[in-house]
Amino acid sequence: MSEPRTFLQELLDAGLFIDTGVKGLYARSGAFEHLISGIDSAFAALGAPERPEVVRFPPGMNRRHFEKSGYLKSFPQLAGTVHAFCGSHHDHQDLLGKLAEDEDWTGGQAATDVVLTPAACYPLYPVVAQRGPLPKGGATFDLQSYCFRHEPSDDPARMQLFRMHEIVRLGASDEVVEFRAAWLERGQALINRLELPFTLDLANDPFFGRGGKLMAAGQRSQQLKFELLVPIRNDDQLTACLSFNYHQDHFGETWGLRTHDGDVAHTACIGVGLERTALALIRHHGFDVSAWPTGVRRTLWGEG
Amino acid sequence: MIDKIRAVVGEFAGVDIQSLADDADLYRAGMTSHASVQVMLGLEEAFDVEFAEDMLTPETFASIAAIGRAIEVLTAGAAA
Repeated sequence: MSEPRTFLQELLDAGLFIDTGVKGLYARSGAFEHLISGIDSAFAALGAPERPEVVRFPPGMNRRHFEKSGYLKSFPQLAGTVHAFCGSHHDHQDLLGKLAEDEDWTGGQAATDVVLTPAACYPLYPVVAQRGPLPKGGATFDLQSYCFRHEPSDDPARMQLFRMHEIVRLGASDEVVEFRAAWLERGQALINRLELPFTLDLANDPFFGRGGKLMAAGQRSQQLKFELLVPIRNDDQLTACLSFNYHQDHFGETWGLRTHDGDVAHTACIGVGLERTALALIRHHGFDVSAWPTGVRRTLWGEG
Repeated sequence: MIDKIRAVVGEFAGVDIQSLADDADLYRAGMTSHASVQVMLGLEEAFDVEFAEDMLTPETFASIAAIGRAIEVLTAGAAA
């Protein structure tokens, strides 16, 4: 008897994903992208009343900004840096020789000024800080970017390159706390309209090393990050599709972000994993999108 | 022991240790979670101990007194 097909295999067989030979690195079909654009629009529509400024960064960010962000303190194992050949003619011959011999040719690669974006909002804070103090009432941004995390996996809901759509709020602490509370409700309402089962819980981020256990416990005890979790890969394994993060004054202090009144700005961001949410929809409503509940299709594409 | 803990906390916690009582809340005094990790590693080196996984919580590092209790548990275990 053959093994039951995994969800990943089903996605590949259905042509929604195309394998590249690297775990967590898949091409997407047009049908899958249609689904992504529906989720993207539905999420953006939730944020529309706040009239966010729309900004699209490429999936790489300034290495200096990345270094200063503190990401390496928490998640060095997930970061992806961009390296390039910067050698001489002689070094080039050496590289080609190693390549021909199937030896490691990457030793001479040098770090560039670009790091792959780990989360859609990381490039935003230094750019906003350059503008000077925030306007009265703070500022809200709508971001969407491919993000990279080095965690090769057979779980299609844990890809190395995936898209995250975020709404980011910068302002006084009470404004930011209120924003996150409102979005906790909106996020749940959206997932209800998509007719997906979910639970809301405090996050369990994979902070690196033994110190990471302490970091994660601190994050939970201060309720800094909530996740909306949906079973995707199988019924027992929950995957975060939305996250609701309150950074307190971490980015405000790091980047010298000031409110209109001159105080250190607080920040929060709400993120949706676009591929994860698409996978959750496929998992729970099936591969035949035309057979999905009318309300779900209307939420995604305004149909019905 | 408390003096040694105060020295480590003073070096790594990023707070004004002179002004804090032994039972004062270090997080409230401004110790960040990253700083608490530095304090943990500093204590392990100073006392030649290793915190057990279930001790790696904010409560363990919440005050000089709390750290003192944890170090007592760890050093008692080593002596037994």
